[in-house]
Amino acid sequence: MRASLAKRLALAVPTLLLVLTLTFVGLHLAPGDPVRLFLGPTADAAAEAAARQAFGLDRPLAAQYGQWLGRFVTGDWGTSIAQHRPVARVLADAVVPTLLLTGLSLLLSYLGGLAIGAVQAARRRSRLDAVLTAVTTGLYALPTYVLALGLVLLFAYGSVLWGWPAQLRFPAIGAQSVGAEFLSPAGRLADRARHLVLPVLTLAIVGAAGAARFVRGSMIEALRQPFARTARAKGLAERVVVLRHALRNALVPLIVLIGLQLPALFSGVVFVETIFAWPGMGRVTVQAVLARDYPVVMAATAVFATLVVLGNLLADGAVALVDPRARSAA
Amino acid sequence: MTGRRTSTALLRDRRALAGGLLLAAVAATALIGPLVLGSPAIEMREVVARRFLVPLARTADGAFHLIGTDRFGRDLLARLLLGARVSLAVGLLAALASLGIGVVLGAVAGYAGGWSDRAIVAVTDAALAIPRVPFLLLLVVLFQPGLGITVVALGLTGWMTVTRLVRAEVRSVRVRPFVEAARALGVRPARVLVRHILPHALTPALVAAALGVGNAIMLEAGLSFLGLGVQPPTPSWGNMIAAGRDALVIAPWVALAPALAVAVTVTAFNLLADALESAIAGEGSA
Repeated sequence: MRASLAKRLALAVPTLLLVLTLTFVGLHLAPGDPVRLFLGPTADAAAEAAARQAFGLDRPLAAQYGQWLGRFVTGDWGTSIAQHRPVARVLADAVVPTLLLTGLSLLLSYLGGLAIGAVQAARRRSRLDAVLTAVTTGLYALPTYVLALGLVLLFAYGSVLWGWPAQLRFPAIGAQSVGAEFLSPAGRLADRARHLVLPVLTLAIVGAAGAARFVRGSMIEALRQPFARTARAKGLAERVVVLRHALRNALVPLIVLIGLQLPALFSGVVFVETIFAWPGMGRVTVQAVLARDYPVVMAATAVFATLVVLGNLLADGAVALVDPRARSAA
Repeated sequence: MTGRRTSTALLRDRRALAGGLLLAAVAATALIGPLVLGSPAIEMREVVARRFLVPLARTADGAFHLIGTDRFGRDLLARLLLGARVSLAVGLLAALASLGIGVVLGAVAGYAGGWSDRAIVAVTDAALAIPRVPFLLLLVVLFQPGLGITVVALGLTGWMTVTRLVRAEVRSVRVRPFVEAARALGVRPARVLVRHILPHALTPALVAAALGVGNAIMLEAGLSFLGLGVQPPTPSWGNMIAAGRDALVIAPWVALAPALAVAVTVTAFNLLADALESAIAGEGSA
């Protein structure tokens, strides 16, 4: 098992290298010019040339790529053209809020998905199953940003308008309230938690709908297997067959699914962070893209891809933990 | 599994029926609607008197607005239907592009094997590791946001599933006796691939493509929502939702109508893809 993980790690390196190369080539093929954007339309040719030289944009593309790659691997990600700060610092500030957001919503969405899918598989072809299928299919097709706007309308605006209790009113902007630094430590924590509710809920609902659809299918499949028949034949309660036998077998493909769904989750994060002004990677990427801030965009894409590759490695490891068969197989 | 058995299984599937009917309804209204309604979708008149009219409103001059008007007093229904044309076209074209790229790459990788297989698999894996939306944002902004680049960018980022499916299928079919027979008869490799192997790989590719259409529509709306897709005044469901965002509180229907349209259409494509998948697996509706 250790050998196969090492092999996967070794395979991840060329993958990341390809990602970086694709990003670099794409960025430099594009018509936009960061120097003009940086200096504004009134700058003269001399200032432009100076800036171009300062950013190293006057050198041949291959040299720029080599230099950038060398620095990138050693952790020097350059300076943000728009923010005048080291890129590594910009992204370090952003990656923690994003991991918090995605981690919490992953947890919630898979717990919710497991529960819904298990209920549906146990009560297959019942009215409850039909209703839940309709609901999850609909939610699965609902764009993240639409759900986000709906939640804002309900819990940030409607809750105040209709006089709902204060526990049901949630902030829709940012990661903390204005002046939160003057609150007590406990108050600050509570303030942070309240700001997390709507963005996490948005991602978790979409994720749970997708996971439930998947869990239902793989649980029904597991309940058809001979081991489920054996478990029933020896007189186990249906409840035990579903929870102990079928659920455990449906877990393996679900863990693989988490790894495969990570890119989609990070795509959803872009919209959610933009709508809720959440100070994470998605929002930083959108802002950097709009400002043609090359170093930030490239590093952000690389960090996103690294997170995906790492997430898949983690999923592989988790599968090996849960499923003894995966330990011996390559 | 023969094609005929797949299609009869598909015809008996309620999901396929529901998805197909929904889709037919959306497509028909998108095609016919703008012809019937004329073109109140883009023109603006007497903005102050007509803006943000509630659904079912009738103005003084007798104009009837089934789902109300937007901030410029434009009829929402007319915009919704015109937007449907844009969104459906973008989704279909992008999925077709993905299907084309995916089939070619998957067929080459699966049939040729060797270093070209390894190279294609490596590129596919790398492309799968890039989250789609950040990369789409990159592509779209690099080449001026607009309709054309949206289609190209969606097509360029959606081919990986198709490639994998086609490659796996081609590899498994390649060693079957009838392929060997064709080769023994002296049929050229390219013809063996196109006439004898690829038809078997097309059905799974079609499932992936059907799912791809729904995805592409959702992503186009997302890009337009961020202001990086289809540009106003051309209506698309995404930029209509974005425009309604500012008026969410005083006129929620402006954002709600296009949002529902996206959800319904994507659901229809997902239902079709689900049914197609079970029909190919030969298990019927579960």
